[in-house]
Amino acid sequence: MTKRVLSPEDVRRAITRMAHEIVERNQGLDDVALVGVQTGGVWLAAALGAEIARIDADSCVPVGSIDASLYRDDIGIRPVSPAAVSELNADVEGARIVLVDDVLFTGRTVLAAMDALSDYGRPMAIQLAVMVDRGHRELPIRPDFVGKNLPTSTDENVAATPDGVTIT
Amino acid sequence: MSRSLLSIEELGEVGVRRILDLADTMAEVNRRPNPKVPALRNKTVCSVFFEDSTRTRLSFETAAKRLSADTMTFAVSQSSLSKGESLRDTVESIGAMGVDAFVVRHRSAGAPWLIDSWMQASVVNAGDGWHAHPTQGLLDAYTVRTALNRPGGFDGLRVVMVGDIKHSRVARSTTAAFEALGAAVTWVAPTTLLPPAIDDSTRSSSDDLDAVLADGVDVVYLLRMQKERMTEALVPHLREYTMRFGLTPERAQRLEPQTLVMHPGPMNRGVEIAVDPAELQGAVITQQVTNGIAVRMAVLFDVLSPDADQEALS
Repeated sequence: MTKRVLSPEDVRRAITRMAHEIVERNQGLDDVALVGVQTGGVWLAAALGAEIARIDADSCVPVGSIDASLYRDDIGIRPVSPAAVSELNADVEGARIVLVDDVLFTGRTVLAAMDALSDYGRPMAIQLAVMVDRGHRELPIRPDFVGKNLPTSTDENVAATPDGVTIT
Repeated sequence: MSRSLLSIEELGEVGVRRILDLADTMAEVNRRPNPKVPALRNKTVCSVFFEDSTRTRLSFETAAKRLSADTMTFAVSQSSLSKGESLRDTVESIGAMGVDAFVVRHRSAGAPWLIDSWMQASVVNAGDGWHAHPTQGLLDAYTVRTALNRPGGFDGLRVVMVGDIKHSRVARSTTAAFEALGAAVTWVAPTTLLPPAIDDSTRSSSDDLDAVLADGVDVVYLLRMQKERMTEALVPHLREYTMRFGLTPERAQRLEPQTLVMHPGPMNRGVEIAVDPAELQGAVITQQVTNGIAVRMAVLFDVLSPDADQEALS
């Protein structure tokens, strides 16, 4: 059974709010870069990037993507296959990276993505933006920008796309 | 149950595509200033080479190291095989040291299958006799895919493979990889160097290189011509071979400039390739070597990961 939690309109509004929060937190947007986690976070990073460009027309925030699958701690425990190639156009060294993903669950993907990022350089800071925080963290990781906090049970599936957020 | 890579035929089209997609990810790792990822940090890869091959072994070991695996090398010249130990005892005793994947080269066709049947560990065939060299086939397919930007497949691609087809495991595996992706491969060689029977009716063969080139071709794949073939009386003289089957300056001029020229190495300059490949616009021979590392990273990662069909990534 699929239950819709956010409509496309809700998702759009959440993106606008998160973009404003990112701009407010990073005054001036200097050295800020958005990095979507392959593959689920890529659309959200692009949407946030477009929204930030609309809010502050003078800003120039690069949007990239990172594939964290080769850094996962569960390689060998469950199937892990790289889904797409990383594209990091921004210089990670000294940058303020906003890591973007669709759904935050155990936090292990974020840990792998931070490990992957650090192989490209030493960021000044890493912030985390997610459309849905569904709880059940297994690591001390907490998002800085959240579209929707969503209490779930561990056996449910959460999907977050531009077409809305659903629980199955 | 461990997975192994023994031949292109067993890998199938789906497997070939899976490895080539993975190789894109690995190639991105190789382009970084620090080309290393922790993916296989708890794994041990042992290369077991019963036949000399420095370059293939180095390529595999570099691939394993870039995935953070530990590597061991077993070279036959230093081994107890010369003291009379059987292949099985040798491999089992190395396996007892805790090996997750064996990279095997052996002069006898089928040896990697035997080892795979004895061992729990994964086995990657790095060349068995005249039979198969699947990672070469994969890196050749990957090289064509990237050089011609054809991620979708090779439908309509015309490949001519020239040289000692009969004794070449590269010819068999590379042809299988190209054909799995939809290319049409033509084998060109003196009749003495063609396999005695070509059972696949879709593949054509010829002993007239100029006629095949005149029909138009997208990839020219040159095989190494070994001098022994002359003493075995399979070709009358290497100079005659070059005249009829070599890539001479005159033939190179007749190729379309974008035609890819490939060679598995090591090259016999002046025999199968009588032009300087650096002067050929379409030569991708060094790219083949570079891509070999990314493709072998993809293969090692693939065989050492659990079966992706068992459970979808959430």
